[in-house]
Amino acid sequence: MDAMISLTLNGEPMRLDLDPDMPLLWALRDHLGLTGTRYGCGEGECGACTVHLDGQPVHSCTLPLRAAAGRSVTTIEGLSPDGRHPLQLAWIVEEVPQCGYCQSGQLMSAAALLAAHPQPTPEQIDAAMSGVLCRCGSYARIRRAIQRAANPEVHND
Amino acid sequence: MTDRGSGPRLNRRALLKLGLLAGGGLVLGIDAADATEGPDAAVATGFAPGAWLRLHTDGRIVLMLARSEMGQGVTSTLPMLVAEELEVGLDQLDLEPAPVASDYVNRLLGEQATGCSTSVREAWAPLREAGAVARTLLVRAAAARWGVAAEDCRARRGAVHHPDGETRLDYAALAEAAARLPLPERVTLKPPAQWQLIGTPQHRLDTPDKVVGAARYGLDVRLPGMLYASVARCPLRGARVSAWRADAARALPGVVAVLAVRHGIAVVARDTWSLLRGRAALEVDCDPVADPAADQARMEARLRSRLDARGAALAESRGDALGELARAEQVLEADYSLPFLAHVCMEPMNCTAEVSAERCVIHVPTQAQQRALATARRITGLAPERIEVRTTLLGGGFGRRVEQDFVADAVELAQRLGQPVQVVWTRADDFAHDHYRPLTCHRLRATLGEDGLPRAWYHRIVGPSVLARLAPEAVSDGLDPALVEGATALPYALPARRIEYRRADLPVSVGLWRGGARAHNVYVVESFLDELAATAGRDPLALRLALLEDRPRARAVLERVAALAGWSQPLAPGHGRGIALATGYGSLVAQVVEVAPRAEGGGLRVARVWCVVDCGLAVDPDGVRAQMEGGIAFGLSAALGERISFAAGRVEQRRLADYRLLRFDEMPEVEVELVEAAATPGGVGDLGPLPLAPALAAAIAAAGGERQRALPLRLA
Repeated sequence: MDAMISLTLNGEPMRLDLDPDMPLLWALRDHLGLTGTRYGCGEGECGACTVHLDGQPVHSCTLPLRAAAGRSVTTIEGLSPDGRHPLQLAWIVEEVPQCGYCQSGQLMSAAALLAAHPQPTPEQIDAAMSGVLCRCGSYARIRRAIQRAANPEVHND
Repeated sequence: MTDRGSGPRLNRRALLKLGLLAGGGLVLGIDAADATEGPDAAVATGFAPGAWLRLHTDGRIVLMLARSEMGQGVTSTLPMLVAEELEVGLDQLDLEPAPVASDYVNRLLGEQATGCSTSVREAWAPLREAGAVARTLLVRAAAARWGVAAEDCRARRGAVHHPDGETRLDYAALAEAAARLPLPERVTLKPPAQWQLIGTPQHRLDTPDKVVGAARYGLDVRLPGMLYASVARCPLRGARVSAWRADAARALPGVVAVLAVRHGIAVVARDTWSLLRGRAALEVDCDPVADPAADQARMEARLRSRLDARGAALAESRGDALGELARAEQVLEADYSLPFLAHVCMEPMNCTAEVSAERCVIHVPTQAQQRALATARRITGLAPERIEVRTTLLGGGFGRRVEQDFVADAVELAQRLGQPVQVVWTRADDFAHDHYRPLTCHRLRATLGEDGLPRAWYHRIVGPSVLARLAPEAVSDGLDPALVEGATALPYALPARRIEYRRADLPVSVGLWRGGARAHNVYVVESFLDELAATAGRDPLALRLALLEDRPRARAVLERVAALAGWSQPLAPGHGRGIALATGYGSLVAQVVEVAPRAEGGGLRVARVWCVVDCGLAVDPDGVRAQMEGGIAFGLSAALGERISFAAGRVEQRRLADYRLLRFDEMPEVEVELVEAAATPGGVGDLGPLPLAPALAAAIAAAGGERQRALPLRLA
């Protein structure tokens, strides 16, 4: 018998009747209809599956559901109520995405960074963002977008 | 699939097709079927009344998007071309992925496909013309209704405006009448001075969905009753599955079936997690147990042995290069080599299929819709009009998604199971069963004249044929164009030259990779030029400029990038700078790379890259910039860390940790400038990575490092 897992997902409490060993990624994608969190490697090496667990960035592809029990999960769909998180706006202004596949993971990693360090140093940006691969090479624009979101007064054009 | 150049000039007006939409409205198409015959042209003709542009009476204006969006921006650039002439805003156009139909053949590729930096170049004339024809008809329909002269009416933002300046009719109200008018004898395209979209910065239309997780890739397809499947292929090159044990996999909850299919053993499950557990529990034996032919050292030795073997296909010849080399007192010679590379699209290969006795629908992130349809036809035996290919967004392409292996998996399984099936490749599958960028070896020989410039130039390319599998009709007399591009038709004035290709197939499947053969040959040619400059004691920029006296565009990008990088300024101790040029797809790009000593631990780091691109007319200038920035990252990744190798018939790289892709903190500072240039657009998607590797190799040598002639390069 599977034990019911209780957690908060994008602000909503819910109980899931799923295998507690199932990685959070597959519960989101295959059972909860939240496909914005991406599968890239399944081994915690690419970062495309990054979500927040109690505000901390985690790889949902290697996080068993049981580890999310009683905790709060935020996915890209829940990053902001209206798609207007400062990072989402900065991502649009800087035209960050190319193919876009990794960008949910990039945004969730950047959002956790700004929550911890509203004015991150270049070193803090490096440390927070180097775990998410982008094959299209949008790194330069990701850096600019993070700096824009962190310093709205400098970029009020 | 290769770029066949501009091809025969079409009388496009004769090929424009006008029609009424069911329920009224105007449909405008471009029939390319009689212009080019693709590899499977029969599949694409005679059905599916496709059309580029549909104006519905409810006001919807639909552009059928016949090219795949894989990050290069076609969901923005192609609408810009139509909207400019149709006089609508980008916000007024709806996009629908085009089905497979002759209308949508990419005339530069000869099939309905996306690649080789062709999309904007190919669409440049016909899409603007389609917009202009539709606008002309709408204006005429309005003028007729009002009883005024068409010349006095103006089209603006989806409506025709009466000469009185107040009355207007929306396109929706005019579409049906316009569709009944005869096609105009001629249309006038807007002069560049009147462009409001082309050449201006526009926000990409696909970005808002991509920042909220709403963009739909192949893996996001969800169908009622859909099962998930994955095929375990034999990891050994050239071997077959001889035995398999599935009891443990079958016993897992969620696993529905384990069955042998054409390409291996398939696990079928109710969700992806059960599927991955089933794959892990499945045991597969291969026969023979080892294939020593697919061994790295043996394959490299095989290619090297062909560097001076007799018999090679002549790709280009001018003057008596061999005679001059034989007579010369001093010949400079260098051998270069490049490793196999994987594509590593961030979205693993996948395809979702629904197959019944009457119908097959494929949902797939593909670069080659026509091939996908042909694959489904071969497996199901269904007539082409019963097969539908629905293209999703692509999480990366780079040439990998021209291939059909993942399509075949899905169609076969959906047919056998009688239920919709999503086939998911794991990252390990993706590494083990890629169609890699080929391993190649190169021999360069040259003589220097008294002026220090190269006189005779010899380049032999040795490697497996790419097109023998993908487009066999393109290979003739042993010459594979996909191996020699970038070595032939050089912009440099080399009075005597001979370019050869010696085919040496290997027991590894090779395919198209971003930049194609240019990604090899630009590295080799530009590196050798740098070596020649060093030998002649000349500045590598000056040497190139001396060879480009009658090439003003090439000179301009080199001179501008040199100015941008401060080429003439002295460098700090331990730093090094390199420069390289690449041409292709109607465009030119030059880059300067600067390396600097690492702060600690010794070795070098890539400090900065400057890039100047001349792609003729940049339809979306910021998109071009993004392609250059991303291309530099892609080129740097390949130049520094990527390498696929084989041992005892198996790929040695099984996960991302084994294959070093460029990460965020390794991205150098990049500065990109665009040259304002010609009146027509060139391609850029494949262009950006090309000069990076040779410019970096030259920078390392300039910093006092050793002259490296094999990729990947070492910074240590």
